Amino acid sequence: MNDQRPVAIIIFIFLVGLVLLTKLFMIQVMDDSFMKRAERNAIQRVVDHPYRGLVYDRNGKLLVYNNPIFDLMIVPKEFEVGDTTRFLELFKISKEELIASYDAARKYSSVKPSTFIKQISTNEFARIQDFLIDYPGLFIMTRSVRSYPEPVAAHALGYIGEISSRQLERDSSDYYVQGDYVGLSGMERFYEDQLRGEKGVKYKMVNVRGVDKGPFKDGEYDTASVAGHNVNSSIDMDLQQYGEKLMMGKTGSVVAIEPKTGEILSMISAPFYDPNSLTGSDFGKNYTALNALETKPLFNRPIMATYPPGSIFKIVQSLIGLQEGILTPETTYACNRSLVACHNHPSPVNLFGAIRNSCNPYYHQAFRRIINQEVSSNTYKDTEIGLNAWREKVLKFGLGGELGVDMPNEKKGLVPNSAYYDHYYGNGRWKYSTIYSLSIGQGELLVTPLQMANLAAIFANKGYYYTPHLIRAIDGDKSKIPAEYQIKHEVGVDAHHFNMVQNAMAEALYGTAQRAIIKDIEVAGKTGTAQNPHGEDHSVFIAFAPKEDPKIAIAVYVENAGWGGRAAASTASLMIEKYLRDSISRPELEEYVIAGNFIY
Amino acid sequence: MREADININRVDWVTVLIYFALVLIGWFNIYAAVYDGQVDKSIFDFSINSGKQLVWIGTAIALIIVIMAADYRLFENLAIPLYIFFLILLVITPFVGKEVNGQVLSIGVGSFRIQPGEFAKFATALALAKFMERPTFDLSKPNFQLRAFAVLLLPVVLIILQPDTGTAMVYFSMLIMFYREGLPQKYYILGIGLIALVLLALGIENNLYLVAAVVVIVGILIAIGKKTPQRIIAFTAIGIGLIAFIYSLDFVVSKLPVHQQNRIMVLFNPDLDPLGVGWNVTQSKIAIGSGGLAGKGYLQGTQTKFDFVPEQHTDFIFCTLGEEFGWLGSLVVIALFVTLLTRLVIMAERQKNRFSRIYGYCVVSILMFHFMINIAMTIGLFPVVGIPLPFFSYGGSSLWSFTILLFIFIKMDSSRALQLGRMG
Repeated sequence: MNDQRPVAIIIFIFLVGLVLLTKLFMIQVMDDSFMKRAERNAIQRVVDHPYRGLVYDRNGKLLVYNNPIFDLMIVPKEFEVGDTTRFLELFKISKEELIASYDAARKYSSVKPSTFIKQISTNEFARIQDFLIDYPGLFIMTRSVRSYPEPVAAHALGYIGEISSRQLERDSSDYYVQGDYVGLSGMERFYEDQLRGEKGVKYKMVNVRGVDKGPFKDGEYDTASVAGHNVNSSIDMDLQQYGEKLMMGKTGSVVAIEPKTGEILSMISAPFYDPNSLTGSDFGKNYTALNALETKPLFNRPIMATYPPGSIFKIVQSLIGLQEGILTPETTYACNRSLVACHNHPSPVNLFGAIRNSCNPYYHQAFRRIINQEVSSNTYKDTEIGLNAWREKVLKFGLGGELGVDMPNEKKGLVPNSAYYDHYYGNGRWKYSTIYSLSIGQGELLVTPLQMANLAAIFANKGYYYTPHLIRAIDGDKSKIPAEYQIKHEVGVDAHHFNMVQNAMAEALYGTAQRAIIKDIEVAGKTGTAQNPHGEDHSVFIAFAPKEDPKIAIAVYVENAGWGGRAAASTASLMIEKYLRDSISRPELEEYVIAGNFIY
Repeated sequence: MREADININRVDWVTVLIYFALVLIGWFNIYAAVYDGQVDKSIFDFSINSGKQLVWIGTAIALIIVIMAADYRLFENLAIPLYIFFLILLVITPFVGKEVNGQVLSIGVGSFRIQPGEFAKFATALALAKFMERPTFDLSKPNFQLRAFAVLLLPVVLIILQPDTGTAMVYFSMLIMFYREGLPQKYYILGIGLIALVLLALGIENNLYLVAAVVVIVGILIAIGKKTPQRIIAFTAIGIGLIAFIYSLDFVVSKLPVHQQNRIMVLFNPDLDPLGVGWNVTQSKIAIGSGGLAGKGYLQGTQTKFDFVPEQHTDFIFCTLGEEFGWLGSLVVIALFVTLLTRLVIMAERQKNRFSRIYGYCVVSILMFHFMINIAMTIGLFPVVGIPLPFFSYGGSSLWSFTILLFIFIKMDSSRALQLGRMG
């Protein structure tokens, strides 16, 4: 017998061992791709969505919160119904519904959970909670939707919704994934970064069929979600609610600002909608319905609608004239109605009288002097230079550009420059007679209601403003609000020039807006009537009060409501009284305003 | 005589210890394979595989005691009757057995079932030993070769009919024993050459490369040797024969059942069908490969635990080991097998009669084949064939048959002093 053969067999045994160990070394030690593939196989990354921050009003009243809703989930394979009658009673469904839901779930997967009953309310949940234990294969999954204790301030607060693919593409934060909710308008959008919180991640193990097999490494790598920051809005919920009551059935805007801080006390866009309708699963349906309405309730009028400012603009003209030294309180013009129409009042008037009586010819003449300062001997050229110089001064009042309120899609309004007229009339083919309607706030001028309210705040502050904003504090800390809302903007008109203007505004109430007078509260205001080529004029009113120590500045626009002294002044006056006194001394006025229906 | 027969001191304890080490590691791995983490069941829980395996282990120990207590001559005397008994069982299995996945492998009553194919291994080994022990038996002679193959092929044919290709293949491991017993080396060289050629032909996409290689090699062989016409004609004929073989292989493969074709093709490229036939190999490699050097830790494996690897407690049990104990764990188990096999060769060589030696080599052959092919298939070195890893895989038939196979030899070895030298 050959003695080498046993040795050969032993060598073969060792060779086999060596080959196996080498191959094992290659896939286990040299190649780490199997490690990653194993993780992809069995470890599922589940995002733990944070609670979105809450929104409070300026007095700590809750405006927006998260309402938990409960979905009853089913794992068909584990599900046992036991006593069917009792089950049907407990969950308040019919036998047919039970069978249909069960079959649908089975069709999806018999081992993976799917929704069985959707959106169970908190009360319902409390009722069934204790009985769930009797039904294996059923469990509750909690979600939350944005909810509003009072259906107010829908436009200011905004809404959230699923992120669109376009937004997702543009997003550089790496935060969002398809299906995430994101602030789409109002404060929800502007303060998205503060409100959204931080996502947590849970790693769970799944088997080959996707069945949950518990946390990976006992949750060693899991991170908890961090709830979003709570936001304190500057909105006064009571005032907002009252304003919305007054604006019921009307189209227009109310913006009230605390002049000393720029904080927006209320911001109403009428017609409004219930913010609760744009939450949860009904979002799409309700959004489409609201969007289809002819009254455009989704249109955020205070920052997106632009109107001619009308007579209110005369105050800006007065202040520019005073600062320029072109006007003095004693400057007097005749109410020359051949220049522009006016209403009955004594003539001639000085500046005070012009404001008080809203004299159109006065401003026609005063504005000509502001524009045509005879810098150039060419009238056309001179007008152009004058217009552009004037425009710079107007822009300082926060007109003709976005103010920078903390909401998306703010409109600029329009304060035309020379190029604007060149475009329509040709270079050197227009002069003062072309543009004189600017003098009384008509013509091409366009402002937003927010800009008007800001004007009222400037008049109240005697020459400065803080960019209007809806934020008051973040997590109760006022210093955390964006820096741009803590900068004082000067309008370039000396404070003493405002004294006479303020007095004239206070007096004006007794002329054009007697309805705005409140007993024991000195209100300074100015009516305006914005011409509306499409129908009844828009009723405009701005005011601040109390005159000596202004706490509220307000602008009211009521579309198609006729002249400013009526709908707008009444509304503003009621709002002022409500804010300063928290009670209304003139129920009949309130009734009159509420009854007014100006929607055409 | 009977009392002296059980001589504890003569038992080869190294082999016994390795056996128990493998059984124990296997048992822990079976528990890991079914361990869920959510349902905390004890390793002793009879409702899960590890608990059942404990029963098989217990009964295997009882079998060991029976074997060790028996008269050593019993097995020699039983060799032929057992062989015939199992041949009969194999014949009747397809008619009375229980069908699982289109295979009828087991027979029995109620839940007690055995797979005759598993047990026929040691019966065949005994029969071969008995048949070949005569001094006149000479494997270098063709008529003896034919007779030995006949003994071997009889159960193989019956097992293939069941059909259980994997188990049938195991019988060819006896070629290792035949090698030791003097089957001419040229058969092995030829066989290995053919296997290499088959693998190359299947593995290399374009057969033209292989044909070119054959032409070049034949050309070189002709060029370096004597250039007699006979030699040139002979080599040219071999060359043409090889080329014909390469091309006929594709045809043969195309005639195989589709699942076997797929298994072969997937071996060369598991990504061909990652969710289908390639799934097993891919998932098995992921499980083992993700174990790294030291493994994920006992009961920490995710791939095997969550059913990504099919049949992980039986044929793919090595995945659990590879995933949870890594390369070092694999090294320990492979080292145990290599040591066991080497030890068995040494034991076989020290036997005093041919019967024991041939039987010993049969044990080496069968264990060798299972160990090599099972691990090779889990790491993608060999097509997936359903054969268990000895002592490791879950299941009564498998554990019992390997235990009987091994301990009959340990018994023979411990009794070798009593045996008369009958070496031929």
